[in-house]
Amino acid sequence: MTEGKKVNPEVLIRARNLAKKYGDFLAVDSIDFDVFKGECFGFLGPNGAGKTTTVKMIYCFFPLTSGELIVAGMDVSEKPREIKSMIGVAPQEDNLDPDFTVEQNLLVYARYFDIPKAEAAKRADELLKFFRLEKNRKVIIDQLSTGMKRRLILARALINRPQILLLDEPTTGLDPQARHLVWDEILSLRKQGVTIILTTHYMEEAAALCDRLLIMDNGKIIEEGSPADLIEKHIGEEVLEVDYDVNIIKILQEKFPDTRIEMSSDKIHVFTKQPHGVFESFLKDFPAKGATIRRANLEDVFLKLTGRRLRE
Amino acid sequence: MKMSDSVASVFKLPRLTRRLWQVWRRNFDAFMKTYKVNFFPPLFEPVFYLLALGFGLGSLVMPIQGVSYIQFIAPALISVSMMYGSFFECTYGSFVRMYYQKTFDAIIATPVSVEEVIAGELAWGATRSVINSTIVLAIVTIFGLVSSSLFILVPLFAFLVGLMFSALAMCFTAIAPNIDFFNYPGFLFITPMFLLSGTFFPLTILPQSVQTVALVFLPLTHVVNLTRGLILGNIEASLLLSFLWIIVVTPIFFVLSINLMKNRLIK
Repeated sequence: MTEGKKVNPEVLIRARNLAKKYGDFLAVDSIDFDVFKGECFGFLGPNGAGKTTTVKMIYCFFPLTSGELIVAGMDVSEKPREIKSMIGVAPQEDNLDPDFTVEQNLLVYARYFDIPKAEAAKRADELLKFFRLEKNRKVIIDQLSTGMKRRLILARALINRPQILLLDEPTTGLDPQARHLVWDEILSLRKQGVTIILTTHYMEEAAALCDRLLIMDNGKIIEEGSPADLIEKHIGEEVLEVDYDVNIIKILQEKFPDTRIEMSSDKIHVFTKQPHGVFESFLKDFPAKGATIRRANLEDVFLKLTGRRLRE
Repeated sequence: MKMSDSVASVFKLPRLTRRLWQVWRRNFDAFMKTYKVNFFPPLFEPVFYLLALGFGLGSLVMPIQGVSYIQFIAPALISVSMMYGSFFECTYGSFVRMYYQKTFDAIIATPVSVEEVIAGELAWGATRSVINSTIVLAIVTIFGLVSSSLFILVPLFAFLVGLMFSALAMCFTAIAPNIDFFNYPGFLFITPMFLLSGTFFPLTILPQSVQTVALVFLPLTHVVNLTRGLILGNIEASLLLSFLWIIVVTPIFFVLSINLMKNRLIK
């Protein structure tokens, strides 16, 4: 990567007033965004925010209700075949072909892209190696672990050497080891210059992988920027957590009048934009129970913007 | 959307390319992986029918239309195998691939279009008709029940017939809320056809009204007529009507089933 040389980033995907309606339900509500070539771009949001629908419009699965969506200079409504041939899709659900082995899944998929047999075999070899699935090449899909299935879905998404990789919740349901393995692979693909679009509701995932992201809720974009900028803008540097106590709240409100204080079931969260160290000196004077100071993270931003209400 | 628009939309001609054969090929490859299991039922079922109905029941039955009972039912068994092979492939088979395996979703993310996925499924259903009926044809030949060299046309005819039943089946698949739903077309459509399409006794025995219903609404009636003609060699003018019935109905349901499936899959 040539850091700091992104003077005029090339726009690879451009959405303007993009909207999608299912019957009366407005799943995506007139959104605008640009994805630049070579970046990892994230869609964040609670369930039902419209992330997957947006991704499915990018790979020409769902037709648009209105607006404009241009991928690599082509209109999705006019050139779906051309667009799909340069995109790799790793969907949220496991749709590997259970009638085939690991290797056959890649070879059969390659055929849909008109990749010649010998070339497909070569690429399948490389991908199985890259995703550490060589030992499982002759195994039927049913016998794979969840993590191996995920990696095979990623491998399959790369069989056509895509310029754009769409990852819809790539690590949902994985254990921490498998998740980190997938993250490493995604980062390594980004280094190779693949433009990556990712949806997730794991904030650490977005923070670890995305150059830029946008947060969606109820079909609308409510914020966008780099993870660091969003944390800086909405939360500040540090967060103080203390055990719930009525007296402490009063003291906190006096000491930090400009500060947001949020209560969950048994904890009080204090967010401030005041410089580093204010909480530490506060705790010296008022040693609150269960107090911890931690760095602000993307999850704080997300919960601030989308609320703590449960989405189903 | 106006009523007339939605009617027009389900009869819109799909744009298809050779890519539909990539979908066909996927099903062929999956079929060949378990070919032993796949070949046995169409191999043994007709043998049992020929033994039980042909030799058993047949010994008590007078010749029909100048042929022995076993010769009368042999072409019907070939016709039924065309129907079963394609209809079940494009109901249960396609539904499993669409609903449980999400295979269609996976393919639609590639340059293959949703119309080509369904057309590929229909072509594969037609191929199942060819495979199954060719096996039955071989058995019927071994039993010495073929008396016309026109039998050579049966596999070709089976493709057309298979396409028709696949398209009919796919219409049910497009509206099936769950896999148990296929019991309805099974016993309201397939079973009556199996029994009342001139398969095990001539249609002319039945009351006129039932004959009319069979001729107008039961595709298998026409298939049995034509297969019997090809196997026994008695070609009559009425076969032309049966052939016309099939080549009119097939493209209508071919187009309809693709559009109904497209409406189901792409919201």
